[in-house]
Amino acid sequence: MTVQTILKHSYRIAQKDLMELFRNRLGLVLLIVMPLFMMVMVGFIYPTNGTISDLQIGVVNEDAGLQGQFMSNQVFLPALQGINDQTHMLVMSNISSVDDLKDRVQRGNLEGGIVIPANFSESLMSGQQGTIIIVSDESNPQISATIRSALTGVFDAIGTQFAEQQLNTTNIAVVKPFNIQTQGVVSGNPSYFDFIAPGIMAMTVMMSVMTGLPVAISQEKEIGTMDGMMVAPVNRLSILLGKTFAQTARGLIQGAIILALAIGIFGVTIQGSILLVFALLLLGVFSFVGLGIVITSFTKDQETAQMLMMTLMFPMMFLSGVFFPIQQMPWYMQTISQFLPLTYASDALRKVMVLGAGVPQITNELIILVAFGIVMIAIALPVFRRMMTR
Amino acid sequence: MDTDNIIEVKNLTKTFGKFTAVDDISFEVKKGEIFGLLGPNGAGKSTTLRMLSTLSRPTKGTATIGGYDTVKHDMDVRKLIGIVSEKMIIYNRLTAKENLRFFGSLFNIPKDTLTKRIDDLLELVQLTKFKDAQVGTFSTGMRQRMNVVRALLNMPQVLFLDEPTLGLDPQSSVEIREFVRKLNQEQGTTVIITTHMMLDADLLCDRIAIVDHGKIIALDTSTNLKKIISGADTMIVKLEIANLTPDMTATIKALNCADAITQDNSTTLHVIVHGDEAFDSIIDAVRKKNGKITSMANLQPSLEDVFLHITGHEVRDSADQKIPMEHGPKRFGGGQRRVR
Repeated sequence: MTVQTILKHSYRIAQKDLMELFRNRLGLVLLIVMPLFMMVMVGFIYPTNGTISDLQIGVVNEDAGLQGQFMSNQVFLPALQGINDQTHMLVMSNISSVDDLKDRVQRGNLEGGIVIPANFSESLMSGQQGTIIIVSDESNPQISATIRSALTGVFDAIGTQFAEQQLNTTNIAVVKPFNIQTQGVVSGNPSYFDFIAPGIMAMTVMMSVMTGLPVAISQEKEIGTMDGMMVAPVNRLSILLGKTFAQTARGLIQGAIILALAIGIFGVTIQGSILLVFALLLLGVFSFVGLGIVITSFTKDQETAQMLMMTLMFPMMFLSGVFFPIQQMPWYMQTISQFLPLTYASDALRKVMVLGAGVPQITNELIILVAFGIVMIAIALPVFRRMMTR
Repeated sequence: MDTDNIIEVKNLTKTFGKFTAVDDISFEVKKGEIFGLLGPNGAGKSTTLRMLSTLSRPTKGTATIGGYDTVKHDMDVRKLIGIVSEKMIIYNRLTAKENLRFFGSLFNIPKDTLTKRIDDLLELVQLTKFKDAQVGTFSTGMRQRMNVVRALLNMPQVLFLDEPTLGLDPQSSVEIREFVRKLNQEQGTTVIITTHMMLDADLLCDRIAIVDHGKIIALDTSTNLKKIISGADTMIVKLEIANLTPDMTATIKALNCADAITQDNSTTLHVIVHGDEAFDSIIDAVRKKNGKITSMANLQPSLEDVFLHITGHEVRDSADQKIPMEHGPKRFGGGQRRVR
């Protein structure tokens, strides 16, 4: 049995599978509707940056001042107020203590807060950085991420202004006078949709192989047509390859639909190369094929395959940082997510699509995906062989 | 090896866990023969067929087809065989032609040859008119005809038929039987057929192996099998008693001369008896219980009677009992696994 024959047979099987798929009208409609639903849901339910205004922010000013000078009241807060008067992003109110602020955030009266510590003036006037703490509502990661990134931008602007003033008066200035203690979540344009579109693409395409393969194979076993292929002089590998090709094609079609919707409806832009995007999706498929085969070997009927798919898909969706940044998860979840190939695929895809990264910037992810794929296939093939020769 | 034998089976065994589906069976099939495996569901017929057609690996023993071992040379075996299984191997969303072209392409048949063969086969089963219609729109009989010609794409030397008439109406069953016989006569195709339908086996098969609990318990021509009963002093008595009671049945069953007994309906019994005194004993027994005999006849033995005589029980299952295997008697536990 030559490689050529194996490939020819797998091409035939893939062609047959796709023919069946395209004849299934309802299935075809769902193929388009499913990603559309997902896009619309996450796209509209989660707010994007532009829609946020009038955020309720509490300000705790504990600045003790230095020699009767209060840098907070004299410089920082007026500057902040000045910028906000133009953007109307914040509605600020004075809060007496940090505890009170946290309490109000917890109760939902405020969406976040700014704390100016006691040594703020002292630090600044002695030529050091003045610390500003941003308190955000961790239960609402999208809002808190928006607040953080917005405030950080504002503070940077004020800081530059302040440094220039100082330079004029004293000849000495700290270049970045404010030390802002926040954690940036998404760099670049922090639209939630930019964050989520690459993840959903990676997920849909990779899941199509992991879940589509077991369903496709167990379905043929169940209706009996698998026997028809098995009694023909066809290498078992051809059956597997053919099915994988068909499922990959289906996944890539869905991925392309998602991409088109993301660009067309939600204004997502691709900074990097679109070829690299599809190459990454294919690599993602490769890394998941082995897992798909293992699941195939263990599921005897279609129903089990479907249930197993739901069971695996759910945690995978959330743990791989498709919807929420991994950094917000507790450490043990972060550890699990490091073992999921989807994490790396969606990460790499995000870097390419949002940040315009090229191959050099995503080398680590590429290596991990290739390695994961090879290891899983090495495990899967013997398992599959055993299943087929029962 | 006897060159006349196209199939040689030696000590073939298949176990699923603790359950033995096929228990150390051996037989040969001659080239050009129609060979039947007859027995109830769960007897191990289909498992045997799956092992012969390389779909399942024997736990022990060997089988060769055309001299090729079904395990070591499975690819060579596959070129020689075709299977028609009870589950139709046909894609509903593809047209008749597309189905045949797909399966044909798996056999590396040159395109021109394949195109011609597909046309011929469709003509043969009178489906040419429907060649571009999706198979899902076909009737069951049409789909089964498709299923049969699909197995003939590679012009197999050995054709395996697993319950080919299951779920078909009598007319379609006749069509399939005629087709198989024609194929056997004109092409010399060796046919292995499993069935629990006595009629199929009786009408079609040159030789019949009666299978029960994974073992072959009798193997001969239909005529010779029937001689097991009509020979010696064994007879089949059909007895109609107007006021038949279970008590009466039990009394007859307990008679020395009665080998086996089945009840056809509320008034009719089938009794396999032996000895010169049998008729008298039965009449005496019935009269003693005040039974009123309305008819009594000495029947020609059928394969059903042979089966009953040899195994002591009926061919239990019928087609509609095929599905809920896991609720069936324990010894049929292998039925569910067999489906894989």
